[in-house]
Amino acid sequence: MTATALPRPDVIVIGGGLHGCSAALQLSMRGVRVLVLEKDHVARHASGVNAGGVRQLGRHVAEVPLSVASMALWHGIRDLVDDDCGFESHGQIKVAETEAELETVRARVAELNALGFTHEEVIGQEELRSLVPAIADHCVGALVSRGDGAAIPFRTTFAFRRKAIALGARFQEGGAVTRLARKGGLWSVETADGGRFEAPVVVNAAGAWADRIAAQVGEPVPLEVIAPMLMITARVAPFIKPVVGATGRTLSFKQFPNGTVLIGGGLLGRAVRDENRTELDFSQVSVNARTVWDLFPCMRGATIVRSWAGIEARMPDQIPVIGPSGTEPDLYHSFGFSAHGFQLGPIVGRITADLITGGATDLPIAPFRIGRFAA
Amino acid sequence: MSAQGSKFDFDIAVVGSGPAGLAAAALAASKGASVVLLDEQTEPGGQIYRAVTETPVRDRKVLGPDYWHGAELLGPLRDSGAVHWPGSTVWSVARPREDGPDGERRIQIGLSRNGAAAMLTVRHVILATGALERPFPIPGWTLPGVLGAGAAQVLLKTSGLVPSGATVMAGSGPLLWLLAWQYLQAGARIDAILDTTPKQNWRAALPLLPGFLRSPYLGKGMKLMLEVRRKLTVIGNVTALRAEGGLAGEGVLKSVVYTRNGTEHRLPADTLLLHQGVVPNLNLANATGCAQRWDEQQRCWRPTTDEWGATSVEGVSLAGDGAGIGGARAAEEAGRLAALDALHRLGRIGREQRDQSAAPFRAALDRALTGRAFLDTLYTPAEAFRVPADDTIVCRCEEITAGAVREAVRLGCSGPNQAKSFLRCGMGPCQGRLCGPTVTEVIAAERGVSPAEVGYYRLRPPVKPITLAELAALPKTDADIDAVFKH
Amino acid sequence: MFRRLPEIETAAEKVSFTIDGRPAKARAGDSVAAALLANGVTACRNTPVSGAARGPYCMMGVCFDCLVTIDGTGNRQGCQVRVAPGMAVETQNGKREVER
Repeated sequence: MTATALPRPDVIVIGGGLHGCSAALQLSMRGVRVLVLEKDHVARHASGVNAGGVRQLGRHVAEVPLSVASMALWHGIRDLVDDDCGFESHGQIKVAETEAELETVRARVAELNALGFTHEEVIGQEELRSLVPAIADHCVGALVSRGDGAAIPFRTTFAFRRKAIALGARFQEGGAVTRLARKGGLWSVETADGGRFEAPVVVNAAGAWADRIAAQVGEPVPLEVIAPMLMITARVAPFIKPVVGATGRTLSFKQFPNGTVLIGGGLLGRAVRDENRTELDFSQVSVNARTVWDLFPCMRGATIVRSWAGIEARMPDQIPVIGPSGTEPDLYHSFGFSAHGFQLGPIVGRITADLITGGATDLPIAPFRIGRFAA
Repeated sequence: MSAQGSKFDFDIAVVGSGPAGLAAAALAASKGASVVLLDEQTEPGGQIYRAVTETPVRDRKVLGPDYWHGAELLGPLRDSGAVHWPGSTVWSVARPREDGPDGERRIQIGLSRNGAAAMLTVRHVILATGALERPFPIPGWTLPGVLGAGAAQVLLKTSGLVPSGATVMAGSGPLLWLLAWQYLQAGARIDAILDTTPKQNWRAALPLLPGFLRSPYLGKGMKLMLEVRRKLTVIGNVTALRAEGGLAGEGVLKSVVYTRNGTEHRLPADTLLLHQGVVPNLNLANATGCAQRWDEQQRCWRPTTDEWGATSVEGVSLAGDGAGIGGARAAEEAGRLAALDALHRLGRIGREQRDQSAAPFRAALDRALTGRAFLDTLYTPAEAFRVPADDTIVCRCEEITAGAVREAVRLGCSGPNQAKSFLRCGMGPCQGRLCGPTVTEVIAAERGVSPAEVGYYRLRPPVKPITLAELAALPKTDADIDAVFKH
Repeated sequence: MFRRLPEIETAAEKVSFTIDGRPAKARAGDSVAAALLANGVTACRNTPVSGAARGPYCMMGVCFDCLVTIDGTGNRQGCQVRVAPGMAVETQNGKREVER
């Protein structure tokens, strides 16, 4: 399990989720030798089992510039990873069920417009019904981002991995990082399966386990481990193209090309991260089902064949940690995406590679610095 | 969520009313515990004693004395005071991570009844979910007209239906012979039995014969098999099988093609009944989080249990074939042992009383398991029927072939859970029940590692599909739950 | 193809129902799947994946191949529902419409 026979990597990426794979790909594209250490297997947790929404819609304003830049990469995803990742762009819609909610979304668009962003628009009842004929009659309008869409998470993460490997990256799966230390300008990383690796630079993309990596370098973060729940139906005839959410309640609703309908939105089960396990809370699943009952009356008789939850990291301010460590040189963080990191995967990998190879990025990442949690 | 003292709160829930469940519920309730027996079917008996209270097949010699033994389990259940809720599909069993407000940790059970869902709370669950037929993936096994032999036996028990037209039975294992014998008694037509038991199995099983010779059931089984062999056409050493439909391979079953001594033969067939043993029905245990292990001898996954049936999840035990195949008589005794242990854990009986009361059941269990190793070895299905060729569908729901699974392995798929993500294999409504064992073995063979290493599907509730409406209306109060059970 | 044992056929209490609108008879106590087989209906649906025909396979509620529409509700497991007088059973083709 040692890498002694292989050349020493320039960068060790801890975590084989989408963000780790994306950083590995972007670094490999620049000729940097990368080793990815994944404790289970690639896409085992949030990256493999999330809802797959590729969404600019409704994001925290700090994330909007990154999200817009990432969207451009998504629209050319095949050029980036030689696979379309199942990405389809039929827009994302956030329905307003009341006039008050419609006011809220109008204010949101005004705020974005003032910042120079125009990807979100308010639509009225008539256009909502033409975009989503199955929507309940009481919905009065919606917020829409027409360039948004959805992709297949596991396939996407694997495509990033495959392309990174094709460009020379190495992946070591099945051993969690147990020790991280820096000596003489070199990081030393040890894994639970007896591996010991060295590199000048480390990227912490360890998702729901990233706080433990940060803690090793004296940088504790208030990371909360969460388990957003999803459920999926048996195949039904195609009836909806866009991804639909709600303004006043938690929902993510979309139909795959194969006919199955995915229902989620972030209602939480319980995560047991030391056992790689999640537990569902059916009182919350029931709340989610009730929302669909209200918004899509045609779905009432649909059969739910499975429900599940992934293990994710959430930060107190709901935005990620991106950028250099505050305590150690040559350590970069990329975690805490708070259940909406999938769409940001392509761009944050590039930002991390920019920081490592050029010392700077042209995107505004100051709001995501880890130092914001320092006492 | 129902609270203590609620009528939807019990000491013990038993899931499944086959031999293990009936015996467990009767014993636990007779010792004063409040017990609810939940079962998906409308009548007790499980699959082995299916319809024992109401079968239209009144001529007792057709189904045989072992079947009618099931009726003897019903009296004790009735007298025990256990609450029996048939027609209840359990779709979730969960032990919360935190204690309830009263300081007690209650297991939550999600179930559906008459098209409505409800949650019950209990202190202990005994899963008696029994067995299901081991998948028998051959080309054409999805054609209408191809059924499991167990399915055909259900049709006989519940409705008095027997095959008409050209009928072929194929495979190996005790149930195949039993069904053929029952058909003989009923005067049903069987054109041929294609025996796929590998020749070398007899050699491997021979050292275990002395154990089998002590089995109380040996005489019956042998007599029955010999009678079938005497009266029906039995073709042995069959090494390949496929079912064929109409012209384009579409439509319904038309013929069965088998290979014997390297030569292909074709039989016209309207009905093909397949069987190669049974495996534990472990979906509920798996989704509950119970640890499981690969059983090399029985070539199947089985939940890990101690000698009382206790699983790795506190408060959840298993009894009967769901914990590993032992047959109906063994299941009955295992049910009683699990009940005694549950009573002990709930503080109703002491350890000594548990152990003393268990002695006769344990002795009976040992007797019932005598000779099992011989049967397991003799009837281990041939590799060709466990690890099928590329063109064979393994996942019936998503129509994924063995070849597609192998291709995914070459792309980096290392186990059944990744197969789900790569291929949607095992993601249909059956939740891997009809493909799980096959997918494990195909991936293991392709990677050249043991099935234990590639693992099994992580299953999630609902373990049986429920409608969105049921979930949305999940009742919160006792009055709401009452409405579910009023029908 | 399946037939009823003769002594049962004569003694049976009959239930009238319909299969795709055609009148059919079953025995009280039959599951819908058993009633279909007893009426010579071996295939009860086409799969939403390839359109291949399927019929009852396991008869114990685990394979989901006997899915039919019963009294307007789709995707019911035919082997888990008892046939009832006047019941309208419809075979299923492809993906179900979401409204039913």
